[in-house]
Amino acid sequence: MDNGPILEVEKLNIRFNTPVGEVHAVRDVSFTMGREKLAIVGESGSGKSQTGRAILGLTPGKVTADKLAFHGQSLLNLDDQQWRAIRGRRIAMVMQDPKYSLNPVMTVGEQLLEAARDIKEEAQARQHALGMLAAVRIRDPERVYRAWPHELSGGMGQRAMIAMMLMAEPELLIADEPTSALDVTVRLQVLAILDDLVKMRHMGLIFISHDLNLVRTFCDRVLVMYAGQVLERLKASELEQAKHPYTRGLLACPPEIDHRRQRLPVLQRDPSWMDPVRQ
Amino acid sequence: MTDSVTQPIIDIEDLSISFGHGADRVDAVKNVSFAVAPGESYGLVGESGSGKSTILRALAGLNPHWSGRMAIAGQQLTANRPRALRRLVQMVFQDPYGSLHPKHTVDRILSEPLIIHGFDDIETRVRAALDRVGLGPAFRFRYPHQLSGGQRQRVAIARALILEPKVVLLDEPTSALDVSIQAEVLNLLTDLRQQLGLTYVLVSHDLGVVAHMCKRLAIMRTGEVVETASADDLSEGRLLHAYSRQLLIASRGYDEAAIAAFGDF
Repeated sequence: MDNGPILEVEKLNIRFNTPVGEVHAVRDVSFTMGREKLAIVGESGSGKSQTGRAILGLTPGKVTADKLAFHGQSLLNLDDQQWRAIRGRRIAMVMQDPKYSLNPVMTVGEQLLEAARDIKEEAQARQHALGMLAAVRIRDPERVYRAWPHELSGGMGQRAMIAMMLMAEPELLIADEPTSALDVTVRLQVLAILDDLVKMRHMGLIFISHDLNLVRTFCDRVLVMYAGQVLERLKASELEQAKHPYTRGLLACPPEIDHRRQRLPVLQRDPSWMDPVRQ
Repeated sequence: MTDSVTQPIIDIEDLSISFGHGADRVDAVKNVSFAVAPGESYGLVGESGSGKSTILRALAGLNPHWSGRMAIAGQQLTANRPRALRRLVQMVFQDPYGSLHPKHTVDRILSEPLIIHGFDDIETRVRAALDRVGLGPAFRFRYPHQLSGGQRQRVAIARALILEPKVVLLDEPTSALDVSIQAEVLNLLTDLRQQLGLTYVLVSHDLGVVAHMCKRLAIMRTGEVVETASADDLSEGRLLHAYSRQLLIASRGYDEAAIAAFGDF
């Protein structure tokens, strides 16, 4: 197994043409990651989801980059066939809401098998699918395998979704707010599953989230995005020592059970946060 | 439970709500009782399916199929609620994208309840309502799609307050917003409660939000109140029920060992 970086991103830019002119949604984003849990954090509109999608060539915007490489192979200018060898197989993505990302007119089992087309033997593919459902701690894999998406709770649906993404044993998983539609306890159980997979399958995980508190306890490293740029990069364990006033503001504004305040601090946005960041 | 509530503005006793019949019957709320004093902010916490929003909808008059006793400001509620009583209880919904009519301007969204309830001085009241939630007159003739999520929720709050209610029901009012916007909206709600002497019932899955907004709260699971507690009980970890304790641990972030010990409730 090679120990080089899984993903290298240098000066990634994403632009959208809109009726009111060009929107520069992601500006000069650079990072390198290995087998770790990397968080991309920011508010809505910060460009975090577009960054995740650009890695898989799924953003509708115009993407340019000095380098966008997966195990050294450039992801810029791939043709459809080359993408098919990567998307869902070596890099997979989990979206926010299982209600919309599972196909409502196929059983979970059929959808899992679709992700296992490489396995010719059907019984073998089925065994693999059941194994994946068990790996995401679904207690009765046979039942869930036969179930329709509407018969599953949100937490169960998201586990099935993750199982599907893991069928091909990807080397990199991009999870875009994978747990924000879930209840708190279920959310943590799903995170524990992702944590196990990173450790046991040596997978890289890009965890896109707006929840700094969750990221602080779950991820290894954090990129903080604002208005399309990475304003600050930190170890998750050192988030408390964040220097940028935006990061500090985001950390301060959620209400806390142990530290109750009459009023919550509010972000004072500084126009200079929009200025190009020197990396 | 030792409630020192003397003359509650909301008094709920033995409230039960079910959906469906026969084998499909779901008991969404089972024998729930609580009372809220005037000017108080009371929290209902629980995970999805716990019945917290169902209670709120019944209290707002959006679901007439309930049994038990509910009283607002001393008046017993029945399936048919007089208009004057409806005015006293207003609701702010979770999703600011779904709760405002996309083809109505802010002006129309705010005027409509006034017209229905026979208010005069409509223009003055609309202007004052926008002002109260920190939106200037420039917002009056905009459509919801021209507003951010936070601004929409301010419009929804303005609409709830425009009928001069005594009780405001808040159903996850900030869960669709970024944390920085959540802070602004929660501060606004805190100010308005003080200025206008409002009573809140706040439904949320977020213990942090409830502890911040409410002195007292009820923790719900599958239609039942598992435990009632104070905000201090939360911060000092004085919870009796294993389910409540698990919720509290879960709200403190990711902890592998704690999660492995989670029970099924």
